[in-house]
Amino acid sequence: MTAFKTFTGVAAVLDRKHVDTDQIIPKQFLKRVERTGFGRYAFFDWRYDSEGHANASFELNAPEVTDADILITGENFGCGSSREHAPWALADYGFKVIIAPSFADIFYNNSLKNGLLLITVSEQERDVLMVKAKKGEKLTVSLDSQTLTFSDGTAFAFSFDPYWKEMLVNGWDEISLTMHYEKNITQHELTHTV
Amino acid sequence: MGKSIIDKIWEQHEVVSEEGKPSLLYIDLHLLHEVTSPQAFEGLRQKNRTVRRPDRCFATMDHNVPTLNRYVIEDSIAKKQMQTLEANCQEFGIQLEGLHSDDQGIVHVIGPELGLTLPGKTIVCGDSHTSTHGAFGALAFGIGTSEVEHVLATQTLWQQKPKQLNVVIEGELGYGVSAKDVILSLIARYGTSVGAGYVMEFSGSVISSFSMEERMTLCNMSIEAGAKAGLISPDETTIAYCKDRKYAPISNAFDEAAKRWLALASDEDAVYDKTITLAAETIEPMVTWGTNPSMGIGISQVLPRPHEGADNEREGVKAALSYMGLTGGESLCDVDIQHVFIGSCTNARMSDLRSAARIVAGHTVHKNVQAIVVPGSQAVKKQAEAEGLDVIFKEAGFQWRDSGCSMCLGMNPDLVPSGERCASTSNRNFEGRQGKGARTHLVSPTMAAAAALAGKFVDVRTMLKKGSEVAHDCF
Repeated sequence: MTAFKTFTGVAAVLDRKHVDTDQIIPKQFLKRVERTGFGRYAFFDWRYDSEGHANASFELNAPEVTDADILITGENFGCGSSREHAPWALADYGFKVIIAPSFADIFYNNSLKNGLLLITVSEQERDVLMVKAKKGEKLTVSLDSQTLTFSDGTAFAFSFDPYWKEMLVNGWDEISLTMHYEKNITQHELTHTV
Repeated sequence: MGKSIIDKIWEQHEVVSEEGKPSLLYIDLHLLHEVTSPQAFEGLRQKNRTVRRPDRCFATMDHNVPTLNRYVIEDSIAKKQMQTLEANCQEFGIQLEGLHSDDQGIVHVIGPELGLTLPGKTIVCGDSHTSTHGAFGALAFGIGTSEVEHVLATQTLWQQKPKQLNVVIEGELGYGVSAKDVILSLIARYGTSVGAGYVMEFSGSVISSFSMEERMTLCNMSIEAGAKAGLISPDETTIAYCKDRKYAPISNAFDEAAKRWLALASDEDAVYDKTITLAAETIEPMVTWGTNPSMGIGISQVLPRPHEGADNEREGVKAALSYMGLTGGESLCDVDIQHVFIGSCTNARMSDLRSAARIVAGHTVHKNVQAIVVPGSQAVKKQAEAEGLDVIFKEAGFQWRDSGCSMCLGMNPDLVPSGERCASTSNRNFEGRQGKGARTHLVSPTMAAAAALAGKFVDVRTMLKKGSEVAHDCF
């Protein structure tokens, strides 16, 4: 996993609740055996019409946010299917950070394991963030200091799980870390019956 | 202070635990299928890693498999994904029950059927409906592909201990009200986020009276309430189901195991972070009308009118009604359907097929409806055929298929065309779930069967007479 560095970017707004992983990446794209190249299929059924043309009414097709790095969205984002293709698609599309009042559990884990930073904020904060993002103000995301800062100086602090912070900031490989506990795992296998 | 079953399973599986940090949890059973595993095996190869305990892994093919002419896979990308699973299982020494196996089926149907799913186990699978296995008093949850890779390499996962939600369902269910109606009703009342951050334990008199198959239906959809997992304390019903299953312990070993399993049940004074209740008598047959599983109503109710709802719900209701081609205030009994799907890891077991067949027997599928039955496993298919259920369905005009996930998510050729409406016994009514533009209504197997005959939704209770055959004058 690549280490997460502080950066400043454009934030896009997708003001919808309960966006499920079937919308983030529809089923017809889950048959591939690769981990890469899913960005072109992100939000496919919302993004394109039945003839394959960009759907002008879809929020993320607006020209000012086509290069967005940050997505600000509604509660329970990523609910439904456990498909990790969803964070693969979002990251490959270009998002580094997603901000919402809540995330579905499996999607949360899947995203962090791919270095896609998910930040939980209150509904009120989310509303303010959306208004500012829509004005085109750039947003600086720092996981080190756990802050979101707009170009006009408005700043928000966010809380973040210390375990995941350490993993993301250092870009550690979780399996390598777990391997350090191999003796404990073996011991467990010797002493526990199912 | 007493312990819940979640506390007990957690303690027995903690390999490493430090205050304030996630625990390293041992995984007893890892179920695999073709869609969420290829990138995990590839990850192992890239890092020159191996599978730590292939004997604790078990694989099948279900998501992509055709349910007609199953050995002829025309979709070359799907075919490659299935061949990749075969090659990976062979390379890493994992047992695979593929297309040609009598034990093939939807992963959440065959696990219990084969006695792989047992009380007290930690069970994971790269599939959100892994929550199904919680019916046995196992801690079972869906994981992503990175976690699949982690479990393959280490047989463990780092997990924060979840909060605990007790869902108490007391009373007596009305005639014609099924386990599917219970879970759809729970989600309609409490929403799709009520379980977020929690493992849900189901308890109460309704749960005690449920069969294992009904318990599986309930736990299966706990994920649709946002829960990490759903589970039910083991009891004599659980033990009776597990006995003599193919991979379950035998003779003395089984008796010893049964004692351990029963001891896992939550203590009476167990403490939960939250408790919610549902009175059985208030539940009626449910139909979803919208684009997430909480958008459901009892069949006697009318559709919500967007302007009557809370401010923050109006846009969502409006968008869902628009996608579904419905109008607020109307009854679903007036809405024509074009498709019926009886299948999926929620409702494709023997009791589901028997209850649907009971409605269908002697009747004919409506001329405007295409109806299919997709058994949850090849074993279910065989048993149903032994009981003559296939004949009942086929004579009525249903198509009788081979097992797989099928139209629940339409990764195989079983799709609902855009703008058409399906009464489906599956678990998700998301936009495009059964095909781009498809309109999915989640219902129980008997409600689906009744809808197939009528060509629209009907209250199945009007067709059922307690203790007698289906009323023949309903149509």
